[in-house]
Amino acid sequence: MIQASGQQLGSASDLEAIRDRLGKQRSDDAKCVRICIGTGCAAKGSRKLYELFTKAVEETDTKVEAVTCVGCHGFCERGPIVVIQPGNVFYQRVEEPDVVEIFRETVIGGRVVERLLYEDPDTGDKAATCDEIPFYRVQERIVLAHNGEIDPTSIEEYIAVGGYAALAKALTTMAPEEVLEEVDRSGLRGRGGGGFSTARKWRSCRKAPGDPKYVICNGDEGDPGAFMDRSIMEGNPHSVIEGMIIGAYAIGSSRGYIYVRNEYPLAVVHLKGAIDDARAMGLLGENILGTGFSFDIRINRGGGAFVCGESTALMASLEGRPGEPRAKYVHTVESGLHARPTNLNNAETWANVPAIINRGGDWFASIGTEGSKGTKVFSLVGQVVNTGLVEVPMGITLRRIIEEIGGGVKEGGTFKAVQTGGPSGGCIPAEHLDTRVDFDELTKLGSMMGSGGMIVMDQNSCMVNVARYFLNFLREESCGKCTPCREGLAQMLHILDRITHGKGQQGDVEKLEQLAELLEVTALCALGKTAANPVLSTIRYFRDEYDAHINDARCPAKECRGLFRYKIDEDECKACGICLKECPADAITGEKKVPHVIDQEKCTLCGMCWDKCPFAAVLKV
Amino acid sequence: MTEKTTTRDELIEDIIDRYDGETGMLIPMMQDLQTECGYLPADELRRLAERLDLPVSRLYAVATFYSSFRLAPKGLHEVTLCIGTVCYLKGAGRISEAICSEFQVEPGGTTPDGLFSYLPVNCVGACALAPVMIVDGEYHDGVSVDAAMEILRTLPAEEIDSEQEAQT
Repeated sequence: MIQASGQQLGSASDLEAIRDRLGKQRSDDAKCVRICIGTGCAAKGSRKLYELFTKAVEETDTKVEAVTCVGCHGFCERGPIVVIQPGNVFYQRVEEPDVVEIFRETVIGGRVVERLLYEDPDTGDKAATCDEIPFYRVQERIVLAHNGEIDPTSIEEYIAVGGYAALAKALTTMAPEEVLEEVDRSGLRGRGGGGFSTARKWRSCRKAPGDPKYVICNGDEGDPGAFMDRSIMEGNPHSVIEGMIIGAYAIGSSRGYIYVRNEYPLAVVHLKGAIDDARAMGLLGENILGTGFSFDIRINRGGGAFVCGESTALMASLEGRPGEPRAKYVHTVESGLHARPTNLNNAETWANVPAIINRGGDWFASIGTEGSKGTKVFSLVGQVVNTGLVEVPMGITLRRIIEEIGGGVKEGGTFKAVQTGGPSGGCIPAEHLDTRVDFDELTKLGSMMGSGGMIVMDQNSCMVNVARYFLNFLREESCGKCTPCREGLAQMLHILDRITHGKGQQGDVEKLEQLAELLEVTALCALGKTAANPVLSTIRYFRDEYDAHINDARCPAKECRGLFRYKIDEDECKACGICLKECPADAITGEKKVPHVIDQEKCTLCGMCWDKCPFAAVLKV
Repeated sequence: MTEKTTTRDELIEDIIDRYDGETGMLIPMMQDLQTECGYLPADELRRLAERLDLPVSRLYAVATFYSSFRLAPKGLHEVTLCIGTVCYLKGAGRISEAICSEFQVEPGGTTPDGLFSYLPVNCVGACALAPVMIVDGEYHDGVSVDAAMEILRTLPAEEIDSEQEAQT
């Protein structure tokens, strides 16, 4: 591919000229190897695959256009993923020894290596391209459209697939007010959790007096079990940057910040590179595309505090202070960072903007439901067959996401609940699986859209323990500024600890509800106000589990240690002696050919036998 | 001693210059200092505060608020365990308990022999690999209590610098 980076673009037509040249080089027949280097695939060794493919290309005479690293495909369960052009051949779970065969057969020979294709677990059908895989078929990709297709470290590839066209269109053919109107028509709502109208936020910031104005990308994705923004920032960093420049133009801002979570080192590297490349081409900095509009972006790494996902806490962090939120009687659009008008949106929201400008607000509004437009990216994780990142139109049912895309519950388990919205969200039970996913519907169920985590749980998850987990998380992450959150969460956790240890008392559930209400009405920030949601939603839908813990000191899911017993199944026990040897309490007796027995008096319930038994003969009862 | 002082001052000056002396960039400056020194040494923090004309307490407030800052030297190896929701559901809590009891280490602390620093974190965003343990930047997926212990027990106790140099 020709080098375009560093070439200054003086006008929109310069950009189109370069795109034209780049486009001519990207023919569909060219041989290309694309290797996913998203965190999931990279952790399974995909960088080594990249090296091996590169070496194979060097050693052959066949002309191979490119071996490129691409961003996350979303199908993390099946990584590492390698896609071969021409033909879009989709190989999954590729290992180092497979490289030679893929190169010989597919890259050079044009033949498909059947055994590396995705096989439908139900029908046994092989899928040659990703379009044939159910995981992808139900999805509709706007934000993730180019993830897995382009090299996130190459501005040329982004431009070749239409990148920065929306920016050129906005800057040269639209007034800031027209950009605002387009975004308004799209109905875009913030993807970070609040679901506030993006256009309204932008407009308020534009109107607010003060200079300079700031725009911020919130990439401090702290919800455990959520990695949508990470994949966007890693896999297509320019889409976030382009969205921010367009937003800055509409708002009248000259300075932007991207605040990235400390645990996402690759996202930082890719964003830094993208900003440098965009600056070198005149897409960031002074006089962008010769239009007289100037805007630049700086990256800040988070310090590892969940609360910094809250807008005022994030701004405090950007000012070099501990990330403590403040009361929002004065909105940040009027007085935010350094007491100047500040517009903050999350990474996925920004990444939606270029598509809206390119294809129009009406097009975007045609997707989704009455109150929630467009698509939403979810990270579908937990006890689900196809773990990964999915982008679906708003209004799709939870059931379709979990069953059709996700392939249902893992290992033949029974679906119990899906947790959405992270620590501020709640657990939704099976009877509500046909709920349509949109901002308002999920809130009605006592959960929320949140940033897009979707954690599937089966019969082995104790819902009281899940509530305890989230509360423990929030208590550790509470910044400590306001009393309801600092002390209230500690008290709630104390009660939940008691319940999960079988020492619950009558009236505990009511006390939890009381404290939850107190938090909701008195906590300072949104994180505190919603902190009790995991507790409230589990009480609402799984009250029987709380009662079993409190009244009978019994954990129905058999997860809370001490609230169930271990027993050896006589028919399954092969009398191998492993549990007998491993038991630290010497509570197991037995000999060769005689099924072993656990002495319940001696047993300390450590679970070692259950872990070690190779025949699954140890039961929880 | 004199030489050391000069070097330290130079390092602080260099870090301040990277951010044009903007006090708003205090966190990135402290992150850089930690990258250079491996932790935040008291003398350097004092010097940085002096140069930025900020009270030392402000730097300590920041250092103790954010979990990624360390006020004591780190161990030879860095062990990060994800205890995000999915990893937790799949047993990360028990792995954490086992690490703490076998190696006598507190979350966020370093083993008494200095072999490794242990940091449990909330979700590294690699949920498909749960439970995930990261040792010196290398991801280990689907680890059990046994597998995690085995990895940690076999960590080399010697400096590995020379090996790394040979590779680069």
